[in-house]
Amino acid sequence: MKKPNQHIEHNNAVIRIRDLYKSFGDNHVLRGINLDIRQGENLVVLGKSGTGKSVLIKIMAGLLKPDSGTVEVLGEHVDKLSAKELDALRLKIGFSFQHSALYDSMTVGENLAFPLQRHQRHLSADDVRKEVMRVLEAVGLAQTLKQLPSELSGGQRKRIGIARTLIMQPAIMLYDEPTAGLDPITSMEINNLINEVQESYHTTAVIITHDLTCAKSTGDRIAILLDGHFNHTGTFEEVVEKSTDPQVKSFYDYNFID
Amino acid sequence: MGEPSRKTRTQVFTKQLDSFFMDIYAIGQFTGRFFREAFRPPIEWKEIIRQFYMVGYKSLALVSVTSFVTGIVFTKQSRPSLAEFGATSWLPSLVAIAIIRALAPLVTALIAAGKVGSNIGAELGSMRVTEQIDAMEVSAVNPFRYLVVTRVLATTCMLPLLMLYMSLIALLGAYLNVHQNEQTSLNAFFQNAFEQISFLDLFASTFKSLVFGFTIGIVSSYKGYYTTQGTQGVGKAANSAVVISMFLIFIEEIIIVQAVNSIRP
Repeated sequence: MKKPNQHIEHNNAVIRIRDLYKSFGDNHVLRGINLDIRQGENLVVLGKSGTGKSVLIKIMAGLLKPDSGTVEVLGEHVDKLSAKELDALRLKIGFSFQHSALYDSMTVGENLAFPLQRHQRHLSADDVRKEVMRVLEAVGLAQTLKQLPSELSGGQRKRIGIARTLIMQPAIMLYDEPTAGLDPITSMEINNLINEVQESYHTTAVIITHDLTCAKSTGDRIAILLDGHFNHTGTFEEVVEKSTDPQVKSFYDYNFID
Repeated sequence: MGEPSRKTRTQVFTKQLDSFFMDIYAIGQFTGRFFREAFRPPIEWKEIIRQFYMVGYKSLALVSVTSFVTGIVFTKQSRPSLAEFGATSWLPSLVAIAIIRALAPLVTALIAAGKVGSNIGAELGSMRVTEQIDAMEVSAVNPFRYLVVTRVLATTCMLPLLMLYMSLIALLGAYLNVHQNEQTSLNAFFQNAFEQISFLDLFASTFKSLVFGFTIGIVSSYKGYYTTQGTQGVGKAANSAVVISMFLIFIEEIIIVQAVNSIRP
């Protein structure tokens, strides 16, 4: 279980979601989502596959538009921003994709330098190299600088994906299934990295997962997405371990955790 | 960002034909976006140069072999017909007209549609399905400008150069056949060949190649950029990039030939 986090600002929500609806044809994925995510906390969105967890963070990042409702990130209504305003907001958001989404044609170093070279044009090549090494060392993969993504293991790709977002020093991190497809030891390393990022960069994070171990190790607060809305929100103990909801209980029973 | 929404669901022709015309309409919109984005800074010079290399230099081997063989075979097949009229001395002019006016632009475009078009369709398609395009978007980098604009500029600029290169190699192939039979010198061959070639011919072929290159770039990028349905979709994107590019190239060829012939003195 994660230690209580003293740095959470309980009265300061950096993400506010109100009456959010999203459908794909007849598939009504999100049906009235309401949620506040507080500054400095790691909020885990827990739910089975196909319940719309990834859709939710893609709406937060402006990759998808909601059918109705509002999503306010750092005081900005995401779906009402112009392209330029959205780009400015996105510089404050780091998005770690489920399959890492590293650029295949670039080396690890080029992947990390890519956003920096475009948004901090005043930096010299030497400064960029130093920044790249700084984040690579932060994720413990300095030796992979010249490797291609295809030469990395699944866990290494996840770390590099996280490093690529850290290079812009985001205020908010969005993790989409950070431990999917990883063995238990590598999963635990990623969970530790998520906590280290929170401590070192003072980020607010939304972690999408169906892995209860990940939820337990990284979440300050858990929100369970069932039938298109959040039925339960609280600590892991409150909403998972002590839950009497049959759907949550069956979900818990199938995840063999300590 | 998914494929542009297709509002009408009423079937007009067959399902496939409707889908084809909807594709053409969406490609038109995609072209409009290209012109809105292409010349807005920042311009991705490094990626443009990389794409020039990928489209131009990487196609040289295939273009060389195809053009050399085309030159030899075309000359060999034309010889008996001209010999019947005792007009084999016209062979260099005939071959030059055929190659420069028609074969070089068309064959170069078909090779590029197959090689470069499928490559762009598959590359952008796999970037879409593995969320690399989304990753670019959330890092506040415009993926359209970085991926599409650079590739379309590369195909548009490289096709005319490849066409001129192909013309030269095909004429060398033709010369080899003529020299074997008539012992003509290289100088005499090229003098004879270019007697009937006007500035309009060269201009029309270069213009055609520009249009074909632009078509290949836009169609292939469009099919790749809006790929859906996972890895199966990547295969479909590469395939339809080639098919639609070739279809449009043939239509454009007919239109441009008609237009040039109407102004030819």
